[in-house]
Amino acid sequence: MKIIILGAGQVGANLAESLVAENNDITIVDLDATRLALLQDRFDLRTVLGHAAHPSILKKAGADDADMLVAVTQSDETNLVACRLSATLFNIPTRIARIRSNDFLGLEAGFLAEHFGVDDVISPEQEVTETLRRLIEHPEALQVLDFAGGKIRLVAVRAYHGGPLVGHELQDIKRHMPDVDCRIPAIYRRDRGIVPKGITVIEPNDEVFFLARKQDIPSVMRELRRMERPVKRVMIAGGGNIGRRLAARIERDYDVKVIDHNRTVSNLLAEQLHHTLVLQGDATDEDLLEQENIEAIDVFCALTNDDEDNIMSALLAKRMGAQRVIALINRSAYVNLVQGGEIDIAISPAQATVGPLLSKIRRGDMAAVHSLRRGAAEVLEIVVHGDLKTSKVVGRRIGDVALPEGASIAAIIRGDDVLIAHHDTLIEAEDHLIVFALNKRIIPKVEKLFQVGFGFF
Amino acid sequence: MSQILPVVHILSKVLMLFAFAFLLPLGVSVALGDGAQLAYDEAILVTFFSGAVLWLLSRRGKRELQTRDGFLLVVLIWAVLPAFSTIPLLVYLPEMSFTDAYFEAVSGLTATGATVMSGLDSLPPSINIWRTQMHWIGGMGVIVLVVAVLPMLGVGGRQLFKAETPTPMKDSKLTPRMAETAKGLWQVYALITIACMLSLWAGGMNWIDAVVHGFSVMGLGGLSSHDASMAYFDSVLLEIIVMVFALIAAISFSTHFMAFRTRSLLTYRHDAEIPWTFGVLAASILGLTFFLLYKGFYLDFPEALRHAAFNTVSVATTLGFATTDYNVWPYFAPLWMLFLSSFIASSGSTGGGIKMLRAVLLYKQVYRELTKLVHPSATVHTKMGTQPVPPKIIYAVLAFLFIYVASIVVLSFTLSASGLDVFTAFTAVVAMVNNTGPGLGQVGPASNYAVLNDFQTWVCSFAMLLGRLEFFTLLVVLTPVFWRK
Repeated sequence: MKIIILGAGQVGANLAESLVAENNDITIVDLDATRLALLQDRFDLRTVLGHAAHPSILKKAGADDADMLVAVTQSDETNLVACRLSATLFNIPTRIARIRSNDFLGLEAGFLAEHFGVDDVISPEQEVTETLRRLIEHPEALQVLDFAGGKIRLVAVRAYHGGPLVGHELQDIKRHMPDVDCRIPAIYRRDRGIVPKGITVIEPNDEVFFLARKQDIPSVMRELRRMERPVKRVMIAGGGNIGRRLAARIERDYDVKVIDHNRTVSNLLAEQLHHTLVLQGDATDEDLLEQENIEAIDVFCALTNDDEDNIMSALLAKRMGAQRVIALINRSAYVNLVQGGEIDIAISPAQATVGPLLSKIRRGDMAAVHSLRRGAAEVLEIVVHGDLKTSKVVGRRIGDVALPEGASIAAIIRGDDVLIAHHDTLIEAEDHLIVFALNKRIIPKVEKLFQVGFGFF
Repeated sequence: MSQILPVVHILSKVLMLFAFAFLLPLGVSVALGDGAQLAYDEAILVTFFSGAVLWLLSRRGKRELQTRDGFLLVVLIWAVLPAFSTIPLLVYLPEMSFTDAYFEAVSGLTATGATVMSGLDSLPPSINIWRTQMHWIGGMGVIVLVVAVLPMLGVGGRQLFKAETPTPMKDSKLTPRMAETAKGLWQVYALITIACMLSLWAGGMNWIDAVVHGFSVMGLGGLSSHDASMAYFDSVLLEIIVMVFALIAAISFSTHFMAFRTRSLLTYRHDAEIPWTFGVLAASILGLTFFLLYKGFYLDFPEALRHAAFNTVSVATTLGFATTDYNVWPYFAPLWMLFLSSFIASSGSTGGGIKMLRAVLLYKQVYRELTKLVHPSATVHTKMGTQPVPPKIIYAVLAFLFIYVASIVVLSFTLSASGLDVFTAFTAVVAMVNNTGPGLGQVGPASNYAVLNDFQTWVCSFAMLLGRLEFFTLLVVLTPVFWRK
C-alpha cells in the first residue's frame, strides 16, 4: 500500500516503523529536516520537507496515487485541512487524522467525515489514557483490551503460586467457577506462545490471556493469582497531555496526586483538575515522594515525555513502597528491557496508536486490531461476510474452521450479544469474530481465510 | 465645588424621579380616604422642587462621571433619599422627631426592617405601604448597585462578577449595556414581586397586607403593617409563602434573570451559592428544631419545626419577620440565626451581610491554606465552581471581612459606651450592619428601636448605610485621600 504520513513526531515515527515492517511504501512529510534525515537513515522510506497542509507538498509526497493518508501532526487544524485537501484535490481513498482537542472530538459523529473528509479519527493521548485507566481498574493485569464497547475484555495476567488454578488443567476452570464463561486463547511461557487445550496445565509465571465478560474478570483473576488491595490512591508523575487527561478521567473514582516540576504546568493543572492534588516538584525527588506518602500509593504512573525519567521515577517509587508502578516508555528497546522487572508494566504509546491504524491497512473487514506483547502478537476483530459457499467461515461451527496453527477464535459478537467461543458455536454472517494470533507471521493466513470468495460480488 | 457639581446634577435627576414614588401611597390614600393624603402632596412637591432647584444650580457642572464620582453618587443617593422619604412620616405624625423618621426611612431604603414606631395597626394603610415600598425601591437599588455599579467601582471582590464568572455560564455580564441589564433585572424583580403579592392575597391576606408584605419580603426588609409582625396572621400557609419568596429573594437576581431569559431552571443548578445557602439553612433549621424540643420550648415536633423554620429563614435571609418572640428562646438559637444572617444571602440578592459568595471563598481559602500546610509542594487554587479565583479577589474579600468585623466591633463599643447593655449593643449592630432588622435583648423582635436615644439612633442609621453600601463605598468617601485633588 502507498501511504503518506504527515508529521514525523513520536506518533508519526512509530507509525512509519510499524508500517514499513509490514511492507508498505511510506512517504513521510514534516517541517523538520533533521528529524526526517534521522528517519531516512533508520527505515526504508521516502521523506518530503514542507508544510503538511500545503497542496504542493502533498502533491510532491505522491498524493495523486496514494492509497491512504495518515495526518498525525501536532496540530489538529493542519491534520483536518490536509484530509480535506487530499479528499477534494487528490481523491486519496482513505484519510485518517489525529485529533487531540476535545472540542473536535466532541462533535457529532460523521461531522468530520462529511465536512473534513476524515474517514477515521485517531487520538493517541486518548488511547493511552484509556489503556492506563483500564490497568488502574484491574491492577493485577498486564494488559486490558475492550471489545464490544467494553462488554467483554481481553486481559493478560501473570499466574502466580497460590492462585487456585495454577498447577491445574484448564478444563478445571469450569469446575472452579461454574457460572463464569471464560476463554483462554493463549498462554506465554518463557516468551513462547502456546495455544492451550483443555489438558494444558497452568504453570507459575505463565502470562495468561483470558477473555471474559467485564463483571467476571476479577473472579477469573482471583483464580490465577493472589489479589492485591483494591486501588484507592494513584500518583501520576508528569502533568503533560497524558498525565492531565488521565487525572481528569479518574479523579472522581480515585484519590489522585499529580507531580509536575514545571510551575506553569502545575498552575494549569490545578486550574483544570478539581479533585486532584497537584504537586510541584521532581518525581525523582525522594523527599517529595516520602512526604507524599509513596508507600501508601496503590498505583504509580510515570507519564512524562522522557523515557529515562519515567524509568527512574518508577523504579524509585517501587523501591520506596508503591504497590504497583507503570511507566510510559516510547523507545521499544527500553520496553523490553524494563518490563517484568521492578517496573510492573511498561506502556508504549506507539502500540496504542498503531493498533487502530493497522485495522485500516489489513485485507478483509477488520473492525479493530490490537497489538499484544509489544507487537509480537495480535488480536483481530474481524467482521465475516458471505454465506456457506463464498466464505470459508460462515455457516460452520468454530471447531470446523481450518484456522492456521497459532490462531484461535476467542469470542463472537453478534449484534448486541457476546458469545464466548465454544467448539460447537455456529458462525453467522456479519458476526464479529475475535481472533487471537500468537505471532505476526500467521496473520496473512488469517486474513486470507476470512476473505470472501469472488462469488460474493 | 466643581468636583461634586456633576454628581449633584445626577442626584437632582434621581430626586425628581423619586418624587414619583410617592404616587402609589397617594393613590392608595385617595382611594381609601385614610386621611394621609396631604402628607404625600407635600412630599411630592418638596422632593420634586428640591430636585429641580438642584438641577438648575448644577446645570453648568455637567460632565462625564468618573469612577471616583461613582462612590460619591452612590453614597449621596443613599443618604439623601431617606431624608426626603421622611416627609410623609413627619407630616402625618408631627410628634415624631427627624432622627427617628430618618432612622425609619434608612431602615426602609436599606431594606433592614428595624422600626422605632409602634401602633402600626392603627396607622393609615398608605403610610404602611410607603414604609414597605421603601424596602422594595431599596431592594431594586441594591440589586443594580451590586450587579452593575459596584463591579465597576471594584469594591470588595465584586470584580468577580465583572471579569470572572462564578458559574460555568460564560455570560456574567448579563447584557452588553448596563442600562439594559438594569432594565432586565427590574423586570424580573417586578414579576416576582407581583407573584409574591398574589400568593399572599390568595393565601388569605387582604390586599393591603398583601402589598405591604410583598414589598417587604422581596426587598428582604422586614417592616410590617402589624406590631405582631407575621404572628398577627397565625397561618402556616402564609408563613410558607413568605419563606419561599424570602428564599427566592435571597438568590442572586442575575441567576433569576438568566433563568427568565433562557426559560430554563438549569441556571439554578449552575449557581455556586445556592447549594451552600440551602444546605446551611436546612441543617440549621433541623438543628434548632431539635434544640428547642430538647430544651422543652415546644412539645411537639411540627410546632417546633414551624417556628424554627420560619424564624431562621426570616432572620438568616435578613428579612426579619417573626412569628414568635424568639428573644425568649435560649440565647444560642437567636444568636445562631443572627450569625447566619451575616452570610446566608447570595450576592446580587436583596439580602445583607457579607454574602454567601464571600463566605464560601473565605472557607475555600482556609481549606487551601490547610492543604498547603499538609502538602507544602502542592499547587492549589481557590475555586468558585470550576473557576479559579485570582488572588487579588481573595485579598479584596479578606479586606472586606476585616472591615466588616472591625465595623461591628467599633460600632458595638460606640453603642455600649453610650449606655446600652453590651448584648443589646452587639446584636443591634449586627442586625443593622447585616440589614436584618430585629436584634436581641432590648431591641428583640417583640420590642423595637424606640428605646434608643438620639445618638444611638444615628449610629444605627449609619450602620445600616454602611452595611448596605458594602463598607468600602461609604468609607472611601469619608477618607481625606478621596477629596484630595
